[in-house]
Amino acid sequence: MAKNIFTQENFAKLDVVIAKHKGQRGALMPILHEAQKIFGCVPLEVQKKVSEELNMPLAEIYGVVTFYSQFTLEPKGDYVIGVCLGTACYVKGAQKLIDKIKELAKVEVDGTSADGKFSLVATRCIGACGLAPVLTVNEDVYGRLVESDVPGIIAKY
Amino acid sequence: MELYRSHVLICGGTGCTSSGSKSIEQAFNEELEKHNLAKEVKLVRTGCFGLCEAGPIVIVYPEGSFYSHVKVEDIARITEEHLLKGRIVTDLLFKEAVVEDQIRSINEVDFYKKQQRVALRNCGVIDPEDITEYIAFDGYKALAKVLTEMSREEVIETIKKSGLRGRGGGGFPSGLKWEFTYKAQGDQKYVACNADEGDPGAFMDRSVLEGDPHALIEAMAIAAYAVGSNQGYVYVRAEYPIAVDRLQIAINQAREYGLLGKGIFGTDFEFDLEIKLGAGAFVCGEETALLNSIEGKRGMPRPRPPFPAIKGLWEKPTLLNNVETYANVPQIILNGAEWFANIGTEKSKGTKVFALGGKINNTGLLEIPMGTTLREVIFEIGGGIPNGKEFKAVQTGGPSGGCIPASCLDTPIDYDNLISLGSMMGSGGMIVMDEDNCMVDIARFFLDFTVDESCGKCPPCRIGTKRMLELLDKITEGHGEVGDIEKLEKLAENIKASSLCGLGQTAPNPVLSALRYFREEFEAHVYHKQCPAGVCQGLLNFHITDGCKGCTLCTKACPVNAISGEKKELHVIDTDKCVKCGACVDKCPFKAIIKK
Repeated sequence: MAKNIFTQENFAKLDVVIAKHKGQRGALMPILHEAQKIFGCVPLEVQKKVSEELNMPLAEIYGVVTFYSQFTLEPKGDYVIGVCLGTACYVKGAQKLIDKIKELAKVEVDGTSADGKFSLVATRCIGACGLAPVLTVNEDVYGRLVESDVPGIIAKY
Repeated sequence: MELYRSHVLICGGTGCTSSGSKSIEQAFNEELEKHNLAKEVKLVRTGCFGLCEAGPIVIVYPEGSFYSHVKVEDIARITEEHLLKGRIVTDLLFKEAVVEDQIRSINEVDFYKKQQRVALRNCGVIDPEDITEYIAFDGYKALAKVLTEMSREEVIETIKKSGLRGRGGGGFPSGLKWEFTYKAQGDQKYVACNADEGDPGAFMDRSVLEGDPHALIEAMAIAAYAVGSNQGYVYVRAEYPIAVDRLQIAINQAREYGLLGKGIFGTDFEFDLEIKLGAGAFVCGEETALLNSIEGKRGMPRPRPPFPAIKGLWEKPTLLNNVETYANVPQIILNGAEWFANIGTEKSKGTKVFALGGKINNTGLLEIPMGTTLREVIFEIGGGIPNGKEFKAVQTGGPSGGCIPASCLDTPIDYDNLISLGSMMGSGGMIVMDEDNCMVDIARFFLDFTVDESCGKCPPCRIGTKRMLELLDKITEGHGEVGDIEKLEKLAENIKASSLCGLGQTAPNPVLSALRYFREEFEAHVYHKQCPAGVCQGLLNFHITDGCKGCTLCTKACPVNAISGEKKELHVIDTDKCVKCGACVDKCPFKAIIKK
């Protein structure tokens, strides 16, 4: 995970984003969303920058970042595996998928594998209940799964 | 205008997109090009058809042929046979679309026959990314009528008379909310839309946003006119990328057509709309928490009163309704309050969209008149339980609702009936469970959810739900003690009575309703250390049945030497020694080891 995310280029992009939203009401959330896209996470260094630019206490920004589950303080793995734990997926055996992924990708829930390749999250309902149980790997969606489908999916990445 | 002899509708909802409808659209484009049909056949990517289970779905009009589970390989056949030669490819149709060799159109299939679509009327019919298609289906006609023919008071009166109630959970009369906001004092007012559909298993709002986004824009403009606002916000959860994209496209188009902005329909009415993204917090579906989140703060609820209608966004009067509620509004304006009030039951008017999921044959989205019974929904529209299993319960209302048992299946669905059954309408998720689901485990699942999502502001919810979860964990792990069930009940009552917002006040419902209808399952866990459904690992014991041939494979596989028996004779597991690893089950060639 030696990737340096604090490049000048990234901070330059952040400047543009802040300039775009500055002065708008409720500007913080859109800025954090875009910051996360740029840096892959919203670490303290980024929060400090936002705090200075918006003239807003760092504590308040940290409070918002840690309140919402989509913002993360640390970078995620290259491939984020999201297993839906909505009710429809749960009653159809999503827990078994999680157990299998943990074993195969060597990753814990909400953790990242040692090689930085996979992160595993138990997501909220993504609304694909018709295909339950469902998992996502970055933008790809896999539905109607059984435990034995998991090795094939992991092997693709 | 160009005329086409056939229209091919491809579902572009999240469900079908996940099962590959984009590559199907591409394949159709290539085939139509190849056969020179591009001028005769029009491809339309629509919103959700509802029957996600059968996805990806393709419908060919004018016949209404319902192709299900379509694969890229099938496209050449559909094009050559159906589109070129006019012969419907029967073997690719949805299984229920062919009955005794008679081909039925999509509207004759059981899943659709009993439905009545008001909020979903354009979903799966029009191209959501093309404003002209919405306009062709009477789109923005209601807004024109309101702005040019009706006073603000008349609009509010119409909504009140229609009997429309909030579709997001509580079921508060919408017209009253409009009136409160209208009467509230303030130089600036806002209208907001709650599209933070967080209940697991509910996706009706997403389908409206994906399939008919202009209906929401039109309705919010009508509401803005009625209450006296010029700015609206739609708060959408970030987990819905397709919905956000389509809504943004729709907003841009509406601006281009002068349907948002200044001087709409040549009047002095102005209104604009902005999307605000959530960031993954269930509590933001609660109205005051949602307002905080739009303002860019932590999404924690505020004490009520004052209600948002008096002090909402930035302390200004704010009208807040959910997506489905708004989606009904243009229809009510066009067809009149009486038309709407004639649908449904005495106190619950109109239709309701439900997302049917879990152990059911036809999973998907459906819209039915209020007053339809649960049995009709589950067994007629939903097609019953798969694999010949027994129906056990249906969960409605998500983490705020409860489980309804088989004995109550003939109850007509409306707000008040569901509450008297100990559940609630909620946003409309409906998860069906069969005999293999353990009700204690399901109650634990929901509590786990609320503990995770509790914002932490008020102690009853923050601490109370945690204590309830600990008790349920203890029970499902097999350490339940006498008195635990009573403790659960007491905690539940206290949390309900003393929590600040709707999340905490309803969090105990899944446990209370499970106790009401399935108390014997809790008792079996606590007193007899058994899980009747065979789900809770900690309570299961492995047993060897008569199918055992005495091959001794299990004895060798067991890591703790818990299995004994002579060669070629029945083996026995010492349940005290057994660590329930399941190694013996995997090894047994005769499937003679079972969990009980």
